[in-house]
Amino acid sequence: MTPLPPEDGHLRAPLDPGDGHLRGGDDPWALLRNATRARVALGRAGDGLPTARELEFRAAHAAARDAVHTALDADLVRAALTAAGVGLEVLEVHSQAPDRTTYLQRPDLGRRLAEGTELPAGSHDLALVLADGLSPRAVHEHAAGTVAALLERLPGWSVAPIVLAHQARVALGDPVGEALGAGIAVVLVGERPGLSSADSLGLYLTSGPRPGRADSERNCISNVRPPHGLGYAQAADTLVALLQASRRLGASGVVLKDEGTALPPA
Amino acid sequence: MRRRTTLGGHTYEFASLSDLLAKATPARSGDVLAGVAAESQAQRVAAQVVLADVPLATFLDEQVVGYDEDDVTRLVLDTHDAAAFAPVASLTVGEFREWLLARAAERDEAAISALARGLTPEMVAAVSKLMRNADLVAVARRTRVVTGLRSTLGLPGRLASRLQPNHPTDDPVGVTASILDGLLHGSGDAVIGINPATDSPAQTVALLELVDAVISRYEIPTQSCVLAHVTTTLRALEQGAPVDLVFQSVAGTQAGNRGFGVTLDLLAEARTAALELGRGTVGRNVTYFETGQGSALSADAHHGVDGPVDQQTLECRAYGVARHFDPLLVNTVVGFIGPEYLYDGKQVIRAGLEDHFCGKLLGLPMGVDVCYTNHTDVDGDDTDTLTLLLGAAGCSFVIAVPGSDDVMLHYQSLSFQDVLTARSVLDLRPAPEFEAWLARMDLLDDAGRVRELAADAPAARALLAAAR
Repeated sequence: MTPLPPEDGHLRAPLDPGDGHLRGGDDPWALLRNATRARVALGRAGDGLPTARELEFRAAHAAARDAVHTALDADLVRAALTAAGVGLEVLEVHSQAPDRTTYLQRPDLGRRLAEGTELPAGSHDLALVLADGLSPRAVHEHAAGTVAALLERLPGWSVAPIVLAHQARVALGDPVGEALGAGIAVVLVGERPGLSSADSLGLYLTSGPRPGRADSERNCISNVRPPHGLGYAQAADTLVALLQASRRLGASGVVLKDEGTALPPA
Repeated sequence: MRRRTTLGGHTYEFASLSDLLAKATPARSGDVLAGVAAESQAQRVAAQVVLADVPLATFLDEQVVGYDEDDVTRLVLDTHDAAAFAPVASLTVGEFREWLLARAAERDEAAISALARGLTPEMVAAVSKLMRNADLVAVARRTRVVTGLRSTLGLPGRLASRLQPNHPTDDPVGVTASILDGLLHGSGDAVIGINPATDSPAQTVALLELVDAVISRYEIPTQSCVLAHVTTTLRALEQGAPVDLVFQSVAGTQAGNRGFGVTLDLLAEARTAALELGRGTVGRNVTYFETGQGSALSADAHHGVDGPVDQQTLECRAYGVARHFDPLLVNTVVGFIGPEYLYDGKQVIRAGLEDHFCGKLLGLPMGVDVCYTNHTDVDGDDTDTLTLLLGAAGCSFVIAVPGSDDVMLHYQSLSFQDVLTARSVLDLRPAPEFEAWLARMDLLDDAGRVRELAADAPAARALLAAAR
């Protein structure tokens, strides 16, 4: 894999008089490669890419494509939650998008609950929705760890049964949170896969969830994906700060940011 | 006027001009999402049959988006050039298609190119809906739009590229590495253009100074751009930053532009400020716009006088905005916005060719970001196809990133190698000033191709010295 950029802010000279060797062994283009995760200095085969570089790119694209089209495995997520010590009941819902092809073309359907969906009405501080989004793989790999870290930090909060949502967009948390009677909904959703990040989980907080909430009324923590992205503890710390501020204000979104609750860079 | 026809024993009727335009559009997911797409293949063709008989002049009298409610409509109609329109004023949409194909076959670039200010976005959208992909290529190839600032773009036999050295944290070392990689591959003649990771004025100024230093150090005949919001660029201009180009994303309705946080006045103000710096050497085009089918719909800004307007017609209206500000560069970001607007490779290729054709016919220096996201059904074979078709169509420029992988925006565009391949296959060359610079830097071989360098080659050492 491409290494991280050097910490000192300077590119290494290709022929460093200090040791007389290129960084990166025999590869003369290590200078550029050491400076960025971008795919620089790939070399050429004629005007095209060398075979190995071409196949590396295809492998990354294939992983991202497969992440999009993997089905959410509810049993896998339930087992992971149990293994992480999360004892809450787990319910399942579907959006109005019947399949992946429809889901990708009709985001409006992914925001609405399937006809006839019933959820137990209650009165809770918080609802947690695990939504497949554009990367079910992110939910498989990171949802349980994130939920466990979050619940540890919320003693005294009443939390509704966890809802696993199939073919779901972020806004599906609005009807789910409303039906459960939750003051705040947090949707943990698989983010659109990038070439180097097929398993990124996003966390979206909405105060007073109900259909019709605008995106400006949500707060987002992106790129939960240890070890490369945000860790569970770090994400949970930030989310708890947002949850407490949201409960205090009775609101979320832009107003929270104005309170000085800084969000981490995406 | 009654808009109906009978096809295969069925009578199809269309409620309005915008309904007719939408139903005549080749299939795409965004029009389904908006609820305006044809409900069957036969209905689509029926709409095309009816549209072919609509006089072009109808589009001057009958508006898709209202004159009183929308400043884009007012801009287009108030600046319409009747003299430029005269050669085609009596034609229907179907006859206009034939007129264009005939001029293209005669290689009469002057006749086609002279129409631009006489055409409205809706006229151009309409004729494009009757054209096949090869028609779009054939006419665009004979439409000439030449612009310049420190390089000249749009000349026949040339294909330029925007070098896009994005970095997730705007790290200057990382950005520099991508710039050098691109220059070593002969990219960057259209612009060295960075999408900043944040929209802060300080960051924008820092990036502008970084690219300006590279351009100055090697005396590269190109321009820089940091694609921040126009208000951020205005702040940078006030601070005396080296701004070559004012960038902004634009949409085809006033509401869409409000969604982008811009007005026509704001764009004019920024253009004037950039012009006053006088940074051009071969021309005075100082604006850069990006567009893309679906942007108005995604902002719920796609409504017209008779309901929702199809995304391709709205895209053409964005060109009606852009051309008012004499841009150096305009590109559609054709596969970026997602499968809910353009679902797969077929739709992306079609849209890329439509956007290029329509922009050029309206007088824009049209480029394309040939790109895709991972949740769209598109891959490198599709982008190859679109790139080569665009090269044949005389596209002004394409966008290139290291190894096709934009590590900041998380999508795939072309690689520098893809640009070399397109130039080689279609016998296209970089912008002339930039080509001369490549030769001065000893980056071209005897046949004029960008040579593959060893790192200890003098040309490589000279450029990589910027990294020290």
